[in-house]
Amino acid sequence: MDRLDFDKSIIELEKKIEELKKMTESKAIDFSDEILKLEIKAEKMRKEIYEKLTPWQRQQVARHMQRPRTLDYVGRIFEDFTPLSGDRLFKDDPAIIGGPAMFEGRPVMIIGTQKGKDTKDSIHRNFGMPNPEGYRKALRLVNMAAKFGWPVISFIDTAGAFPGLGAEERGQAEAIAKNLRDFSTAETQIIIVVHGEGGSGGAIGIGVGDKVLMLENAVYSVISPEGCAAILWKDSSKASNAADVIKMTAHDLLELGVIDEIIKEPSGGAHRNYDKTAAEIKAALKRNLAEIKPLELHDLLERRYQKFRNMGKFLEITAEAAGAGKAG
Amino acid sequence: MALFKKTKPNEVEVPLKRRVGVPNGLWTKCEACKEALYTKVLEENLKVCPKCGYHFRLTSKERVNLIMDEGTFTENCGRLVALDVLAFPEYKEKLKKNQETSGLDDAVVTGEGRIGGMQVAIGLTDSSFMMGSMGSVVGEKIARIIELAIGRKCPLIIVSSSGGGARMQEGILSLMQMAKTSAALAKLAKAKLPYICILTDPTGGGVTASFGMLGDITIAEPNALICFAGPRVIEQTIKQKLPKGFQRAEFLVSQGFVDMVVQRKNMKETLVKVLKYFKPAEHN
Repeated sequence: MDRLDFDKSIIELEKKIEELKKMTESKAIDFSDEILKLEIKAEKMRKEIYEKLTPWQRQQVARHMQRPRTLDYVGRIFEDFTPLSGDRLFKDDPAIIGGPAMFEGRPVMIIGTQKGKDTKDSIHRNFGMPNPEGYRKALRLVNMAAKFGWPVISFIDTAGAFPGLGAEERGQAEAIAKNLRDFSTAETQIIIVVHGEGGSGGAIGIGVGDKVLMLENAVYSVISPEGCAAILWKDSSKASNAADVIKMTAHDLLELGVIDEIIKEPSGGAHRNYDKTAAEIKAALKRNLAEIKPLELHDLLERRYQKFRNMGKFLEITAEAAGAGKAG
Repeated sequence: MALFKKTKPNEVEVPLKRRVGVPNGLWTKCEACKEALYTKVLEENLKVCPKCGYHFRLTSKERVNLIMDEGTFTENCGRLVALDVLAFPEYKEKLKKNQETSGLDDAVVTGEGRIGGMQVAIGLTDSSFMMGSMGSVVGEKIARIIELAIGRKCPLIIVSSSGGGARMQEGILSLMQMAKTSAALAKLAKAKLPYICILTDPTGGGVTASFGMLGDITIAEPNALICFAGPRVIEQTIKQKLPKGFQRAEFLVSQGFVDMVVQRKNMKETLVKVLKYFKPAEHN
């Protein structure tokens, strides 16, 4: 999915600008006025089109092959990243990367799901779908971070936990469950960044923390639109309809109280400007870390508990007034 | 041990509507061996096929009658009903229909009572309500019963019959219930209180991957399906048939994710035995 339908007109215009730039350079004809005009036009187009994306289109942006991967951000936001390997129990899972790095002069621990950059890399990374050993590796690193008092930054971009034979044999459910429990009490700050796909249990498996940030065009859902459509209408080709129904965009999730903040993407999406997107994430991380850094450990953990404890919406039928109660 | 008893005054009235597999008829066909069984005999045998040992699914109420001391169970943690937050197609109708057929508000019952004279807090999910799937109500009530166990300083038992995992119709909020219930269990662990988890057929997805896999002691019923990804999903992924017994209770014991498989008729005595380990030392 290299090209998106709604992106075509933008891409054409961008190409034209490139050509004019080349001509200006090689033939020494000055097109700079023309270029400036077109650039303004392109910027306007990117803004307008991307502002109005449907949930399904956002899902396509989130899955774009050129969308930055976790390691693209790690390289731009942190210094001296040292990738560590393995869960110390079974093996290493290339679908989850992690290790210490420096952020603003202080050590932090990075974990994150990693999709591939090309076909070969994608296969190596199992298309970013972790096995149990990936989740166990993540927990190992979080525990290490807690030991040394390093904040954890968790980057999420996965279609989901891998539904394979070996994954079941080795306890995919147990690995995720333990992460949910132990991330909730890990004695250090944890910031989550959902930057691509947030695929259900595979995402929440490294998604419990003090702050949950989400990129503008990222999606986060209990089920993929295709899966939802298959169940609802027995037809996975109706995924675009399901994407509306399931409420998976950053704006939906902010409204539902599941995320804390939406990180703006450059106009036209993160895939158009890695540096700028990384800079936005970096600024958000700085701000959010500064906010939770002063909290006493006890308060930090109690806030983290209450954050997830309060998620959910239901109606409570009180004894006095059956039928009309408070929503929690 | 009779499964069906007179309703105690302190129990909430729940109509015993029949579910798939056990129609309200004289005869019931065993889902496993296809033997026609006299319904009365089947019920006297705790809904276990006398021929092949197949464990029919129980409702939460039947389960309470099976393992709790007679007349000691009281429901608590309030009455919660689901909201159609996403305006999801047909969710409202589905809820209403399931409320009618199951007699439950949602797919969970919570309460307290005694087992072998020992006080416990207990939560049970119920596969007769939308396959026991976990939305905000199930998550909230499970969290409340965990917190109640902490308040009472008593052991916690959760029985899962949640083949549905996280409930699709409540979207991301269902997913968040996994984090909520698991975080509450971390608090229980910190209070050094035991959690005994009983997994029955079927337990899947987001329920297995949260409170289903966090027991100090985890017990399963024979042949119960216990999985993260469902068998069909895996078969689609690997494009081949799964081996026999894959993701069944006995398989999970041999893989090291469940402690023991216990026959339904032995469930209560097993609970009584293990609960004793956690009794506070008596003062002499």
